[in-house]
Amino acid sequence: MKIKLDRTICDGFGKCAEHAPAVFSLDEWGYASLERGLSADAELPPELEQPARRALLDCPVHAITERPLSR
Amino acid sequence: MPALTTGAHPALPQGIVGQGLIRTVPGWESRAAYEAGGGYRPGLRGAALIDAVAGRGLRGRGGAAFPVARKLAAVAARPGDRVVVVNGEEGEPASVKDRWLLRARPHLVLDGALRAADAAGATTAYLYVSDTAAAASLDAALAELDHLPVDVRVVQVEPGYVAGEETAVVNAINGRPAKPSEKPPRPFEEGVRGLPTLVSNAETIASLPAVALGTASRPPSFLMTLGGAVPRPGLYEVPFGTPLGEVTEVLGGLAGTALRDVRGYVMGGYFAGLVNSRGHGLPLDYDALRAAGTGLGCGAVTVLGPGDCAVGAAALLLAYFGRENAGQCGSCFNGTAAMAGVAAALARGEAGQADIQRLERWCGFLPGRGACGTLDGAVNVAASLLREFPGEVRAHLHRPCPLCAEADFLAAASPFALSPDSITPPAGVLRPAAPRPASHAEAAR
Repeated sequence: MKIKLDRTICDGFGKCAEHAPAVFSLDEWGYASLERGLSADAELPPELEQPARRALLDCPVHAITERPLSR
Repeated sequence: MPALTTGAHPALPQGIVGQGLIRTVPGWESRAAYEAGGGYRPGLRGAALIDAVAGRGLRGRGGAAFPVARKLAAVAARPGDRVVVVNGEEGEPASVKDRWLLRARPHLVLDGALRAADAAGATTAYLYVSDTAAAASLDAALAELDHLPVDVRVVQVEPGYVAGEETAVVNAINGRPAKPSEKPPRPFEEGVRGLPTLVSNAETIASLPAVALGTASRPPSFLMTLGGAVPRPGLYEVPFGTPLGEVTEVLGGLAGTALRDVRGYVMGGYFAGLVNSRGHGLPLDYDALRAAGTGLGCGAVTVLGPGDCAVGAAALLLAYFGRENAGQCGSCFNGTAAMAGVAAALARGEAGQADIQRLERWCGFLPGRGACGTLDGAVNVAASLLREFPGEVRAHLHRPCPLCAEADFLAAASPFALSPDSITPPAGVLRPAAPRPASHAEAAR
């Protein structure tokens, strides 16, 4: 599973870091980035897939997507 | 404002079309003049051109220094139709090179665009600019050409720091605001009209004809905008590896003793941050500058003289980033504003040790937390201030600085910005674009 976090969409709700703190880090204003070492270009470690999926489903602004996007 | 000059480093052949990017003959270079110098002649194409570009070690001159051959090959390898975009937006206010090239040597850029489109397998080439004189120059040059092998279009957008970022370029051409997007996808995967797109800086593209024709300068060189506290700020062609102090002295015109008064440099436009006077000895080379914790970026360098304070300069630059960021990523619009606030307080003598510690924390935490490089540029400024000028930072704690007291941090819209309008003859090459009615220029777009 590869995930993309679109930080131009993120509004700082912080749900992602609640569900998957090993995948998402928040800055002091509450805005998320992928944790260092993770990238939208690389597969997530298998143990992080379930929490990442919960974060994806729970993001209020749909800033998290799975890659590749189905079209 | 002192007049800007253009020129070439003494180690380079002077004024020979095809050997360098600077042309010392004043005025707009017509198709006839460009062809008389060897332009538009058949040269290496396709994979052979890409190999020659790789052999030359050409890297993107917009600032990111990505290997050009790899980008070209990546687009060329994609199936279906492809697009080439010449990025001449030049959002770095301290840089004039792309606007100068587009205004003075549009055929060199067009020749490069046609060769890039051919090598990438593109049927459309966009010339993306924000400078009205550059757009008029390109229109005039296109009017001199017929039977172009690809569809060539000039796109003009409002200028902006982020408008030249490659995904902002694609977004603008696709009819959206000229703001960056989160990556991936990158333009080579999905760009203009969703097609694989090569977005390449105007100077980079202008470097291609000489590579294709085997006339590229030895040693390899680049366009450097030299600004700030030098008698002869201007646009210069400089061999890679030249020590920065030598450029400041030989081209900038700072005599030997005055060189000792140089406090430091702002590197890579606004992006690569500050270096102190150790900058004199740094070679203008991608890897050497990166190893020294700074960067060549777009090749614009601002000299900080005895009347400049490094803290004040950092405050000006951070205020710029705080205003000119895209306002999209929360870490960026908050982080740039926060760092700008601390730097301004420091310049006013109102910051304390706790503020410096906050700045240090942001410099460690914020890099990479934006969709584009704007936040990283701001971090470079803040981190380099702390690293290169610790004594000056300490001296500003709780104590106003007389130099900073004179600076108006909010009034300086684009600190250290140079205008291509002030590049003057005779050493200067720039002239207004070929005289033609404005309505004609509009109709051509």
